[in-house]
Amino acid sequence: MPNFFNEMYADGSVAARDHYRRFDTWLAAQPPEVIARKRAEADLIFRRVGITFAVYGSDAGTERLIPFDIIPRIIPAAEWAQLEAGLVQRVKTLNMFIHDIYHDQNIVKAGVIPAEQIFRNAQYRPEMQGISVVSDIYAHIAGVDIVRAGKGEFYVLEDNLRVPSGVSYMLEDRKMMMRLFPDLFAQYKVAPVAHYPDMLLDNLRSVAPVGVTDPTVVVMTPGMYNSAYFEHAFLAQQMGVELVEGQDLFVNDNAVYMRTTRGPKRVDVIYRRIDDDFLDPLAFRADSSLGVPGLLSVYRAGRVTLANAIGTGVADDKSIYPFVPDMIRFYLSEEPILNNVPTYQCRKKKDLEYTLAHLPDLVVKEVHGAGGYGMLVGPASTRDEIESFRQRLLAKPEGYIAQPTLALSACPTFVESGIAPRHIDLRPFVLSGKTVSMVKGGLTRVALKEGSLVVNSSQGGGTKDTWVLEK
Amino acid sequence: MLSRTADHLFWMARYTERAENTARMLDVNVQTALLPQSAHAAEQGWRAMLGISELLGAFDDKYGLMTARDVLDFMVRDPDNPSSIASCIHQARENARAVRGALTTEVWETHNATWLELKNKLRGRLLEEDPSQFFEWVKYRSHLSRGVTVGTMLKDESTHFIRLGTFLERADNTARILDIKFHGTEKSVFADDRADDEARHDFYYWAAILRSVSGFEIYRKVYRDVITPERVAELLMLRADMPRSLLACMDEVSSNLAQVRNDASADTERFVGKLHAELKYSKIDEILSAGLHEYLTRFLERIYELGNRISRDFLVPLTA
Repeated sequence: MPNFFNEMYADGSVAARDHYRRFDTWLAAQPPEVIARKRAEADLIFRRVGITFAVYGSDAGTERLIPFDIIPRIIPAAEWAQLEAGLVQRVKTLNMFIHDIYHDQNIVKAGVIPAEQIFRNAQYRPEMQGISVVSDIYAHIAGVDIVRAGKGEFYVLEDNLRVPSGVSYMLEDRKMMMRLFPDLFAQYKVAPVAHYPDMLLDNLRSVAPVGVTDPTVVVMTPGMYNSAYFEHAFLAQQMGVELVEGQDLFVNDNAVYMRTTRGPKRVDVIYRRIDDDFLDPLAFRADSSLGVPGLLSVYRAGRVTLANAIGTGVADDKSIYPFVPDMIRFYLSEEPILNNVPTYQCRKKKDLEYTLAHLPDLVVKEVHGAGGYGMLVGPASTRDEIESFRQRLLAKPEGYIAQPTLALSACPTFVESGIAPRHIDLRPFVLSGKTVSMVKGGLTRVALKEGSLVVNSSQGGGTKDTWVLEK
Repeated sequence: MLSRTADHLFWMARYTERAENTARMLDVNVQTALLPQSAHAAEQGWRAMLGISELLGAFDDKYGLMTARDVLDFMVRDPDNPSSIASCIHQARENARAVRGALTTEVWETHNATWLELKNKLRGRLLEEDPSQFFEWVKYRSHLSRGVTVGTMLKDESTHFIRLGTFLERADNTARILDIKFHGTEKSVFADDRADDEARHDFYYWAAILRSVSGFEIYRKVYRDVITPERVAELLMLRADMPRSLLACMDEVSSNLAQVRNDASADTERFVGKLHAELKYSKIDEILSAGLHEYLTRFLERIYELGNRISRDFLVPLTA
């Protein structure tokens, strides 16, 4: 493992960085039994409150806690300011890109992105061609995954524009830290995040269909067995709106209604946490029992808003990712503020050759993959694993991209043997409606296994509270 | 409110109440089994209890011989028995989980904690060593969930559907507890021409029934007289001030139903009104002379129909 940037301590030093100094002093002064008790308390509270996620596969139906680490990830005000500017620029661009793709396709005509990269992409939805959406916004909620590498530069790893999750952990982790260590918050000026649900509701109301003055907003979930069900219920409750399943909605006379104890009620904005494929069995997967028959036709007529819009996957796909810096230049005539990770597109002969020759050093990902599944982390894999992955890659090169293994930054974390650095990432949540906005903060995920770079909760990742400091 | 949400709230409350009443019913049988009685009589007791819960067939298919231990296992922890206490608590919690956004944090956490603690309780030997203490715990958790509902929930439709579920289920369960004695026997318990020790046994039996519905002290307070089956029946059916009586339950059902009234529910309100009025204006002598068992059987049928009507009007509307 190459050297990595330590968030808390400067290179090779035992002295904490400026923004961690007070925390470091505080931590050193805590008796170990107090810390142990607080950690046990956090576990108990999370379980009692039911902040769990469902696990797919072998242990289907069981609920697990996402491990929570009490050492916060702290971001100084100046670093955040730069991140925020970069995020606004990036998400604005991605929305312009999706609008362009489903209308005039100027970026293709200008030769910036090859046509087949878009129109042969499974995430491109021809149903959306020429359809207008309110304020030309498609990705109302974006969760952009950011990592630090090298000497601490920020890189965008992924733009999640479909149904990004994790914001409830951002909110619950903060609540937990304030409950366990109120004295710490007296020593630090930490930017609050608790108003996120209000901002989200505002944002959703702002994109209601034209002419609707007092829109009814709902959160749509695939149901309680979905891994992120806790978050769906949490957001609906925090916003004070109904949490609906497909079976609760129906289409009548070119409008969407929900079934209530007092009869049908019109629905205007659906914050859907369900993939495009399952939204409408008449339009997409016919075997979906999660969706609402006829929803697409109401949507296309502009009589209901879906957040996020249908077809956003065409912009966060890993095969489109390499083009984002050029998009920023094309639409905004600006230089990108945030870096992209250099990416080899295995569909290209030269890139494939390079990838095959350097598999042990690279991270190879499925173009349409998510959740840390179906990827190869070269340096952490055995020779056999690499060889079997090579066969999969050769069988379908266009399905993969490869990136250098970044030396992700690490943050001290409680592990069995005490406190040790573990790799982390960051997912801020960017809201787009009439304006682009976000709370100062995000979800920090941490790979608890030593040396591991995979932070996904489904793969044994944990979370940390994220503190953005006020000036 | 969403029909599905109301449906989950209604069933969350029903399952919670059912777990409590199953605990109450089992406790009566555990208590009466401590009295000197023949093995046959003891088996009859368990048979009657399973019969009244419409679970005799399911039990026989699985276990065969009727021992107290097997019956307790079947009624408390068997996941295959949808009416076991474990199944009920699990169902209550799953229904709560499905609509946790519609509940206060306290209500949700109560149901979730009950379910988590249950798993611990069943892992130990508490049920074998001290079943009454386990049943006390089940009752206590149910009290807690009702208390936290009344104490923290907005008094809107959610509360009304929860209360509907609680009292509809309780009416059903009280009727069944009262009817156990008559299940599978043609003998009248009200006749005077029985042997003395049978009558003495009966005293303990009715006292246990009263205790099972927390009615022993209430009986003393209300009647200040010896325990007779007639008065027990009156207390559990017709007294509006007895919180587990059929009339008290129907009071709550009818007032909560009026609160959620919609365009489709007029017939159901009339149906409840009749049932309510009948209990309110009946005398126990009339009911006994026409046959208590027959009355209770018909009452249970009507409660069943009422549940279906509430579903159809509010919870699972058939048409768009």
